[in-house]
Amino acid sequence: MAERMSNREGLRGMANPARYGLERVAYWLQRLSGLGLLAYLIGHIYETSSIVNGKVAWDKMLELTQTTQGHLILTLVIGMCVFHTANGIRVMLGHGGIGVGKPGQPEYPYDKSQRSATGSLNYKQRLCIWVSIALAALAMMYGMAVLFGD
Amino acid sequence: MAVETISKTPEVSVPISSNSIILRISRFNSKTDSSPTFAEFKVPVQKWTTVLEAILFVKQNLDHSVAVRYSCRQASCGSCGMQINGKPSLACYTKISELNSNVVTVEPMHNFPIIRDLAVDFKQMFATHKKMKPYIVREDSEVTPGTKEFLQTPEDVEKYLQFSYCIKCGLCNSSCPTMATDTSFIGPQGLAQAYRYVADNRDDGKKERLKIIDQSHGIWRCHFAGSCSHVCPKGVDPAMAIQLLRGYLLGFRK
Repeated sequence: MAERMSNREGLRGMANPARYGLERVAYWLQRLSGLGLLAYLIGHIYETSSIVNGKVAWDKMLELTQTTQGHLILTLVIGMCVFHTANGIRVMLGHGGIGVGKPGQPEYPYDKSQRSATGSLNYKQRLCIWVSIALAALAMMYGMAVLFGD
Repeated sequence: MAVETISKTPEVSVPISSNSIILRISRFNSKTDSSPTFAEFKVPVQKWTTVLEAILFVKQNLDHSVAVRYSCRQASCGSCGMQINGKPSLACYTKISELNSNVVTVEPMHNFPIIRDLAVDFKQMFATHKKMKPYIVREDSEVTPGTKEFLQTPEDVEKYLQFSYCIKCGLCNSSCPTMATDTSFIGPQGLAQAYRYVADNRDDGKKERLKIIDQSHGIWRCHFAGSCSHVCPKGVDPAMAIQLLRGYLLGFRK
């Protein structure tokens, strides 16, 4: 009841990427890939820790990753890793005020075209997001070629 | 969410050329209701009819009890911010013809407590705004005899002018993904106002303001999603202000 009264959007609103343009999609992907990488890291620690149970246990664990599903998960991990890194660099530079545009006098009708031209929603930011997505796609394709090749 | 359909048609004379839309208004009284409901009204519209005018038509002709806050009707006072078809916008600055829909849904802004229907409580936002010391801080004054007025070049003014356009409508706070989950976050409105004064070379309060925003629910909770700048009806660009402000704390700016 208290939450409804405060009218906070909550996690569902935070995770909804649909309403506020490409930057919000990038924000959503960054969180999603971050959570995915955290899950992978935990799984990876579990996987590599099997070596303390001897070579047989280690080989058995390795066999799990050598399946089609295992390769698909690793391909996804490659994509998440590349996107998270590339977009993370964009965001980190932005956090220092680099590439976020220059203040200027807003012009009527104050639509977002000005912010897209000279403000924080500028083409460099959008280009960097698209480049991050493209790099992730390329890395995934290369990863698939290696994992599924021969 | 329950839907209460009101099939009232307007009893006033409507121009023959006008079309009509269904206006869905979220109804909620924090004192008596446990959850919001939607009431639907058939409203005649013209090409130039704004969402606020449609709501006022309902108030005048169909249901006087609809609660809405408004004042200037020209995007200057920042009173009529609401969710219009899911997006935070000013009702007086959104034409129904721009929405390309025969059904227009209006809800109170997210991340603000609801007082009644479309009216939300700005208490927290105004308190945060006040906390940012939204005034020039310095020892001397330009009205003190014997002192000169504070001269600024056009370049000096341009550094902060954009951020002084803020009308405190709250749309940026409503769209912010951090505000959606963090009840103590300062929010884009307050942070943009902190930058407005930090960037003003007449001001000496930079240190104090940076100290206020450099806390766990402060500037570091902004993750540069840019939604605040997306919805600002006055071109303020809070996302830019926050990143530039963070540059001071990180040592990129002096």
